[in-house]
Amino acid sequence: MFQLLKIELYKIFKRPRTFIAFAVITAIILLIQVALKFGGEEYVGIMMSGVNSAFEAPTHEILNGYFACFMILNLLLVHVPILVALVAGDMISGEANMGTLRLLVSKPISRTELLMVKFTAACIYTLLLLLWVAILSLFFSMFLFGTNQIFVPREDQANIIATSDIMWRYAAAFVFAGIGLITVGSLSFMLSAFADNSIGPIVATVCVIIVFTILTQMEIPFYNSIKPYLFTRHMLGWKGFFYVKGVDGVTENGSVENLPGIIRSALVLLAYSVLFLSAAIWYFKRKNILT
Amino acid sequence: MPPIIQVKNLSKNFKEIKAVNDLSFTVPAGQVYGFLGQNGAGKSTTIRMLLTLITPTSGSIEIFGMDLFHHRKEILRQTGAIIEKPDLYKYLTALENLRLFASMSGIKPTEKKLMDQLAMVGLAERAKSKIKTYSQGMKQRLGIATALVHDPKLIILDEPTNGLDPQGIADVRKLIIHLSRDLGKTLVISSHMLGEMELIADSMLIISSGKKVVEGRCEDLLNPDKVQVEIQTDDKEKTIGIIRETKWGNSLIPVTNGMVLLEMKKAQIPELNRWLTEKGVNIFSLRPKHSLEDFFLSLTKN
Repeated sequence: MFQLLKIELYKIFKRPRTFIAFAVITAIILLIQVALKFGGEEYVGIMMSGVNSAFEAPTHEILNGYFACFMILNLLLVHVPILVALVAGDMISGEANMGTLRLLVSKPISRTELLMVKFTAACIYTLLLLLWVAILSLFFSMFLFGTNQIFVPREDQANIIATSDIMWRYAAAFVFAGIGLITVGSLSFMLSAFADNSIGPIVATVCVIIVFTILTQMEIPFYNSIKPYLFTRHMLGWKGFFYVKGVDGVTENGSVENLPGIIRSALVLLAYSVLFLSAAIWYFKRKNILT
Repeated sequence: MPPIIQVKNLSKNFKEIKAVNDLSFTVPAGQVYGFLGQNGAGKSTTIRMLLTLITPTSGSIEIFGMDLFHHRKEILRQTGAIIEKPDLYKYLTALENLRLFASMSGIKPTEKKLMDQLAMVGLAERAKSKIKTYSQGMKQRLGIATALVHDPKLIILDEPTNGLDPQGIADVRKLIIHLSRDLGKTLVISSHMLGEMELIADSMLIISSGKKVVEGRCEDLLNPDKVQVEIQTDDKEKTIGIIRETKWGNSLIPVTNGMVLLEMKKAQIPELNRWLTEKGVNIFSLRPKHSLEDFFLSLTKN
């Protein structure tokens, strides 16, 4: 299995297409960081104007590396799934399209093994992409903007988290984001098992994310009953690590406002991943390889 | 020696279409087994079932005396195949492709072994070129190398000479003969190139509309009594004139090229050769022409 995994990773990282996602991520994050560096104070001013100002904080204190990372993740974690779909959606259908799938399936490996190895490779790619996001958005932002306590804006208030209480929250948020991205990868991977060309699964994944995100955000009572079942809603659970408990405006260090909700969201995402992967294996084991 | 492949009552339906219909055949060990049929006859479907790419609707397949679906890994470990045009990873080099497919078959060959394999199919000099720069013929030859890299006992080649130039076809023919005669491999070859198959196949199976038409050793199947003989001489008209005066006079077949063509008993070819030589005709070549083609067409024309 390990040998097969090495082969899959070798194939992924030998393709120039794989690095498009890393290049896109780098470009977007750098663009945001440049914008915050040169126009960040104005941006922070606009953003904080809606917050009930029970506290007074100078803009230069609010605009720091942790805050920049929070802003970047807010903007980016909706789009990273599209980049994950680029590779995960190509894992099986891309082989069918190239004509190499029949060679793989005629090798002495079971179809379940083949899919498990490919899925693991897609997960590793996803996590490496997320690690790259973390390095650029968190560590490079810390380098550019320095560190300070973080102001987390919410509807009409803001949570203030002390510097010493931040890093573990980011670690947890990135782990949670990883689970969310793997769910997207699983969906894309399942669609890839059904198709014989790469475009279909990639486009279909993007469409599902767009439709589910719109349904998540629509405040129409008719759709409220299905919202708990939309995985895109649960993908936003990473923010929960930055919503803290507080008494009289004083934040309780190490607290999380709704930990059971975050755990429930993570379990829903994992359940979706298992469901998508099982469906892919079930179908692929029975699939006639005709291409 | 027990047969390498034993197929019994194999059928495959795609909805209402019966792609393969109650097909049974046996591939003897150490032979080159020709698998012939028109387009859509069911050859590729059968080959895909032998390689577990397609699940049969009914019937059984035994390879190396083991049931294919219960001993899939053991069987495929000893089997090499190319299926139609062998598409490989275009963004990898020939050497990388070969190493990758060897690993998937569970072996780790040395670079020298891989280079030897590439040299065998005439690609050693392009070992480090990416496949996207390869011609179709080169891809075909690399496909054959990937099928052989783990030294399988059974080799299944679906249209192995597709896209090859005449020299390439001759090289593949030599390679197939070497694998069979010198290394004792069993080869199942599906091809449309009947002339080529006639030169290399020991046994053959002809199928039509998914059903077996005939199976057996080539020498038993091909009618030894009647062959078309193609003669090339220094003077076509003189040769035709001489043949008209003989017992083969009515067997001449008009052709527009520089050859003389006639149908006759195979055993009489030396006699004709002597006769023409005695009459002062300089013979450049004299060969039986595509008897397999006639046989195939006679069986499948309906």
